[in-house]
Amino acid sequence: MSLSIIKPGLLDTVQDLGRYGYSHWGINPGGAMDVYAAKVANMLVGNCPTEAVIEMHFPGPQILFNQNTLIAIAGADFSPCLNEEPLPLWTPIVVRRNTVLQFPQLKKGAVAYLAIHGGIAVDKWLGSYSTNLKAGAGGVSGRQLKKGDDLCFKDNRIYFAGMLREQDNLMPLQWRVNVRKTYKHPHEIFIIKGNEWEYLTGTSQYDFLQNDFIVHPSSDRMGYQLRGNMMQTSHPIEMVSCGVSYGTLQLLPDGHLIALMADHQTTGGYPRIGNVIAAHLPKLAQLRPSDNVQFKLVDLDVAERMFLSQQNDLHILERACREHLNALVC
Amino acid sequence: MSQPYKIFPIGDAAASIELGSYINEEVNAKVLAMRAWLSNHAIDGIKDIIVAYSSLTVYYDPIIMKKKNAISETVFGFIHQCLEMAFHESVLNEETESKTIQIPVCYSNGFGMDIDFVCAQKNISKQELVHLHSSRIYKVYMIGFLPGFSYLGTIDERLVMPRKQKPVMVEAGSVGIAASQTGIYPLNSPGGWQIIGRTPLQMFNPNLEQPVVLNVGDHVKFYEISKEEFENYPVLVN
Repeated sequence: MSLSIIKPGLLDTVQDLGRYGYSHWGINPGGAMDVYAAKVANMLVGNCPTEAVIEMHFPGPQILFNQNTLIAIAGADFSPCLNEEPLPLWTPIVVRRNTVLQFPQLKKGAVAYLAIHGGIAVDKWLGSYSTNLKAGAGGVSGRQLKKGDDLCFKDNRIYFAGMLREQDNLMPLQWRVNVRKTYKHPHEIFIIKGNEWEYLTGTSQYDFLQNDFIVHPSSDRMGYQLRGNMMQTSHPIEMVSCGVSYGTLQLLPDGHLIALMADHQTTGGYPRIGNVIAAHLPKLAQLRPSDNVQFKLVDLDVAERMFLSQQNDLHILERACREHLNALVC
Repeated sequence: MSQPYKIFPIGDAAASIELGSYINEEVNAKVLAMRAWLSNHAIDGIKDIIVAYSSLTVYYDPIIMKKKNAISETVFGFIHQCLEMAFHESVLNEETESKTIQIPVCYSNGFGMDIDFVCAQKNISKQELVHLHSSRIYKVYMIGFLPGFSYLGTIDERLVMPRKQKPVMVEAGSVGIAASQTGIYPLNSPGGWQIIGRTPLQMFNPNLEQPVVLNVGDHVKFYEISKEEFENYPVLVN
């Protein structure tokens, strides 16, 4: 019971919701860039949201299924195909053994997730499946996936072959998630003020809120480099290293901004002018190089309400997926 | 404690308490005391606690926090109270348990790519540099940047140098200095510190139950070894 990597993509890694509790060893949480999409992919196939998934960047990999199974693809749209037949996103799909999944064309977004019913059987490192590329640990030997990798599945409780018609390689199940609310206005990102926001000159504060920024090609899982108006502080800032988080907007000495992403360090010594709100981290993660982005200030209580509502929707979704799946196999 | 503090959000899933923005042993000890207090109280929803020189940051799960702690106002309001209590109720450790770890360093030009530059800039001989760097006992103030990268301080004023303008590739084990800090790169990595030597010790090993050699609050003493000693240093095989 496994899948094989026939051809690796640009950066395919095993991820989960992150490795928390080890920052005292300098080990950052990491985890999926778009935690929302990773959770939804797992829920669609009846998994716990904490199961391991494969995170993919474009160009994506070619993956051979050695077993009938139930999969879901969520997040970015790289036009997934199974043996040339297009697959829907955000839907559970039964797939036949000896079929090949590939991603011929980039349509939108930056990171896609593949979840497998039961989850991927890799060892946890410090309580998490996530690949920590710097530490060389977690996921598959602490590295990105390569040609010939075989990833085993955990137990399959369901006999999927019986659901496929003889002539079909795949069968999408009859439900899908509406994710419009989460990804609406993809270029509009809400932030709350950072502790060093007041250090910006009035002009820079104005520019920051009025003008667009562009995601620079040198962006990666550690941070998205932003290009736009140069930001200035009213006086030189001397800071010692202090805590930062996923979504922290740091002002670099050259006047540019960087948005810290999933593989960020836990501390940094640059002014933190703002922080992307948790409910908008999925949108931030799905931005690609040369995409534009506008930041809008919101209050902390608004940010909290948005995140609670998003998580509440996910909770309802998890239950619905379980019920649908149970009804199907009973 | 008389020093002032400031509590502020870092987004809607993290918050900091800052006691200043400088390197000071007593302030750092207070940060560690607050960490111990928070760990002991095991507050539902706190996912990780990040210790820095003069501040502490908690990552939290707003959903779990709200569900488990009967919060009526904002989640940040609750975490604000937790951090305030940590500040007022934590007590400084008597410093009885802190270990001093001896770390061998080869200060040769082959391993310390910036040693000649630092000597020239500071107008000191290589022997003086080695003496100044290896005669002090340093404290591990914080760990960050890379797995197991410890920030040690403070170094002799005669060694204080700025970071490089642009980071270069640095080998694992390299010992560097920057401003009033010194540290060891546990892994090959780009880095901007001035490199003055290298240790044969493996500072980070993900296969070990305790993957790092140094922990926050430990003390460190460097001692000089020759190139031969470096090369013959017993390597631990896992």
